[in-house]
Amino acid sequence: MTVDLKLNNAILSAQLGDFSLDVDLALPANGVSVLFGPSGCGKTTVLRAIAGLEPRVRGVVNIAGELWQDETICVPPHLRGVGMVFQQPSLFAHLSVAKNLQFGLKRTPESQRRVSYQQALDLLGIAALLSRKPAQLSGGEQQRVAIARALLASPTLLLLDEPLAALDAPRKAELLPYLAQLNRELNIPMVYVTHAMDEVSQLADYLVLMSAGRVIAQGELASTLARPDLPAQFADERSTILDTRVVELNADFHLTRLAFGCDGSDGQLWVPSKQHQLGQTQRLRIMARDISIATTDETHSSIVNRLPARITALLPTTHPAHVLVQMSAHGVTLTAQITALSQSRLQLAVGQAVWAQVKAVALL
Amino acid sequence: MLNADDLAAIYLTIKLAATTTTILLLLATPLAWWLARNQGWWAKVIGAVVTLPLVLPPTVIGFYLLIALGPNGGLGQLTQALGLGLLPFTFWGLVLASILYSLPFAVQPLQQAFAAIGARPLEVAATLRASPRDTFFSVVLPLARPGIITAAVMSFAHTVGEFGVVLMIGGNIPHETRVVSVQIYDHVEALQYTQAHALALAMLVFSFIVLLALHVLNKPVRSI
Repeated sequence: MTVDLKLNNAILSAQLGDFSLDVDLALPANGVSVLFGPSGCGKTTVLRAIAGLEPRVRGVVNIAGELWQDETICVPPHLRGVGMVFQQPSLFAHLSVAKNLQFGLKRTPESQRRVSYQQALDLLGIAALLSRKPAQLSGGEQQRVAIARALLASPTLLLLDEPLAALDAPRKAELLPYLAQLNRELNIPMVYVTHAMDEVSQLADYLVLMSAGRVIAQGELASTLARPDLPAQFADERSTILDTRVVELNADFHLTRLAFGCDGSDGQLWVPSKQHQLGQTQRLRIMARDISIATTDETHSSIVNRLPARITALLPTTHPAHVLVQMSAHGVTLTAQITALSQSRLQLAVGQAVWAQVKAVALL
Repeated sequence: MLNADDLAAIYLTIKLAATTTTILLLLATPLAWWLARNQGWWAKVIGAVVTLPLVLPPTVIGFYLLIALGPNGGLGQLTQALGLGLLPFTFWGLVLASILYSLPFAVQPLQQAFAAIGARPLEVAATLRASPRDTFFSVVLPLARPGIITAAVMSFAHTVGEFGVVLMIGGNIPHETRVVSVQIYDHVEALQYTQAHALALAMLVFSFIVLLALHVLNKPVRSI
């Protein structure tokens, strides 16, 4: 069993009734790692085991070079310096918002404090709530306070267990940007558990796909989502993630032009404008089934976004009717899912120059 | 209307109830916590033993205590060896008996309050760097406040109202073991109905005020 000190490692196993857990995670020491999978796949158990809240789970937990658990050691949760946000906000009902926030802060030695009180208030937008009791807050406000409370204990690792799952859609939309911002502004690695793909594509840097107590795939977000060997249950999520920047605003047609590319040339995509600012970054997700392929530049088409690309691989998927086409466009890999019939009709081959037609883009 | 003996009985009753309640809270809190956190075979046995005084006639408890605390009983020999003498027919004998008798009235509300808190606040506190001991005092006790108040009030009131156990273990010694309930019994035996009325009414009013206070004070911590 080798453990790389530059990574956050968790090698965990347990037999809990009918459910068996057997995972080996090597998560990057920075950024957001998302554990994604259906309910009951064991992702929450993994998170709780990392926090030290699941004594029945055995294994090795090594976080930021510190050994938290192995065959002989099990550091109790309060000495791990781990932060956890639960699905339910779980604020202390007997304490005001301010006292809830100070709970972890005052138990953190001065020398270890990395997040200031004011910083947490600003990041989560809760300065106006300090004197209230938890029962006087909305669900979204409670969860923001819970996140700030966890941050103020300056954890070496922040664990989030479906923090948005208990919220309705508008509250969810209100909280997601706060979470995205946390990742940008604080240098605290996060492990985020969810079964919602929109949260994955918006927040993740690193993705772990889980099913029935096992890790199905793990890796950097864009490459994992593009993998041809994704099992059927994850196949519908197969997609391309692009980080782009806003380069032009077209007021006449209410469109924004986004540029991407990492080979010096710029690829461009037009998307509906959405309060974009010039120079701003914008992450996109393009589903594999939303890219079609043409062998000529079909200007007589309603599809606006056509990208010149070169086929780098043709791969079978888990369903025989479909073929996965990987293309390089401006140094970026695009993944399209087409039918085997189309491949045969168009006589597509590796190395061929084609046009990738993007039918729909999700702005994240 | 209340004579000197009546006032002495009232004072003795309050002293007995206050002493019993204080010791009971210190004893029942860790016991109730342990019972709330354990579902094992041992917890069930201890739980049943704690609840026994609820169903046993007070005379049975008093009888066994009298034997155990007597010169030939195990506890009696222990107290003698410790230089405490024999406890039956003393104030501290009454305290011991009251603690046993009122134990379920202290343990049960505490146990329910602790169980209602659940595991989550403890897990949250642990991930906020609070040790288990720290968590008990900063999270568990404040959240269990309604249960603690109920336990205290019920212990106090139940001790004030006990009669059978007192008579068995304490007898009827003025200023030492003659509490209000025994004093009322004496008045009735002596056909002093006016005196009995006064004390009985005082007890009735007291009990009512206690229960009223319990309902008014005991606003639960609003759950979320």
